[in-house]
Amino acid sequence: MNASAAQEPEGLNEKRLKTQGIREQRMLLSLATPAVLAIVAVVVIPVGWLFFLSFLGSDGQFSLEHYQKMIEYKSYARTFVTTFQVSILTTLICILIGYPLAYFLAMLPERLAGFFMLAVLLPFWTSLLVRTYAWLVLLQKNGILNDFAMSIDLWDSPLKLVHNLTGTLIGMAHIMLPFLVLPLYGSMKKIQRDLMHAAANLGASPVQAFWKIYFPMSLSGMVAGSLIVFVLCLGFYVTPAVLGGGRVVMVAMQITAILENQFDWGAASALGVVLLVATLVILFAATRLLKLDAALFGKH
Amino acid sequence: MSWLNKPASDTQITHRDRLWLYIVATIIMLLLVIPTFIVMPMSFSDSQYLEFPPDHWSVRWYIEYFESSKWMRATITSIQVGILTMLVATPMGVMAAYALFVSGHRAAKALFAFLITPMIVPVILIAIGAFYAFGRVGLNNTITGLVLAHAVLASPLVMIIITSALRNYDLNQERVARSLGATRMKAFFVITLPQIKFSIVTSALLAFLTSFDEVIVAIFVSGGSNATLTKHMFAALRDFIDPTIAAISTIMILVSTILLLATQFIGSKEK
Repeated sequence: MNASAAQEPEGLNEKRLKTQGIREQRMLLSLATPAVLAIVAVVVIPVGWLFFLSFLGSDGQFSLEHYQKMIEYKSYARTFVTTFQVSILTTLICILIGYPLAYFLAMLPERLAGFFMLAVLLPFWTSLLVRTYAWLVLLQKNGILNDFAMSIDLWDSPLKLVHNLTGTLIGMAHIMLPFLVLPLYGSMKKIQRDLMHAAANLGASPVQAFWKIYFPMSLSGMVAGSLIVFVLCLGFYVTPAVLGGGRVVMVAMQITAILENQFDWGAASALGVVLLVATLVILFAATRLLKLDAALFGKH
Repeated sequence: MSWLNKPASDTQITHRDRLWLYIVATIIMLLLVIPTFIVMPMSFSDSQYLEFPPDHWSVRWYIEYFESSKWMRATITSIQVGILTMLVATPMGVMAAYALFVSGHRAAKALFAFLITPMIVPVILIAIGAFYAFGRVGLNNTITGLVLAHAVLASPLVMIIITSALRNYDLNQERVARSLGATRMKAFFVITLPQIKFSIVTSALLAFLTSFDEVIVAIFVSGGSNATLTKHMFAALRDFIDPTIAAISTIMILVSTILLLATQFIGSKEK
């Protein structure tokens, strides 16, 4: 091909290569078509449809009645408050528990870290439903935790640990913890140990070195992880439904309840749209403000 | 215990100074692992009420599970849907990840963001949306509909794993093959694929597990004789604590543990 190209007029070969390059790029992108089509069919069209339904009044005309109801009815406001409350508390618990754990793992030599990492990965891979069930069994009135605590006189009568906010938070924190620990561990691993040596060399105590050097550098991973946890919590359904015992009503549960009891697609869709918009706004604002693109999605 | 006084890292800290961290981390790891595993011995209890440790051991709840046509049918559906999801999501995700990684097209970044939306959109919204849309085209309560929805949920995971595998792989090898006359397709299958095959297997296993463990979409989209295991389990959990669930949970934990250990093994091989 190269030999024949030499005899052709100047620039033609270049032109051909360019068109060939463009053709190839298009062909490559077409490999993504099945994935694009599937997402359009399962996410874009259905969610778009819901979006449309949420603006449709009971008379079939355009109306904002579903959104108005959300402002007027107290039960909606309560649901949103509960959802944010549970999500924020879960995120805080995850940070408090996850930071020392990630720090511990990051300190270990590679091999040991790989082994102990299984403690994080194993629950991560186990069905969410199974873990929720396990907590339900553990936290019951006659469950192991109450029995154990009473046998060592931690408390006298069984505490109500499940079918309420406590149980929901315990279960959700357990399920969400890996989402915080994994990115946090990743960012901790990238911190150069030399920096800590330098700090020590310059007279910083270990505590000072940690707060002045290590902690700020681990923040990007912590914020990225917290963000993932928080956003996932917003849409949570199974765990609060089982461990909350009807006392903790989050948005996803109210959506289901509306569909089951009233079959009101408009109202359910409107709630879903608000949930989606809240999720997207939080993600967008956080990634923009904190420049988290790289931490969240990797550099692409 | 002399190791306590040895430096924990090459800084000023000794293991003794860090003892609190080891204790805290151990407690946290136990809290992470124990709840999942405590279900296992309990599933072998003879009692209606889950006890730990069981007074009398028995396989009563396993017999209950294996002899129930409802649970068996649900299990078969879940496995079927899981395998089909894996077979759809893996090639779909690998193709998309490869295309976007190699092309370097302006649109690639935006397209990547679009393709991982199923991870960002709350699952409940996908569930009711799919339920509504599938209702229009008769896909509710069918295996096809559920596989389609699960494949969409699983494909972003596949894409992310494959993209990171491609990042660690030197694409020049493919260029060399092509300059030696291989077509792009041949270069991919002969040169690239064998080198990322472990990541592909890992992503396939994860795709299976995503579907097998998925609850919310299954609650809405699956039903009738095609209801999944998780749908039945969730219904049973909401009403009362059926010890049969402990037996099923034990089996599910074993499945995930085996798959996880398989990927760890595969991962160590790829390095």
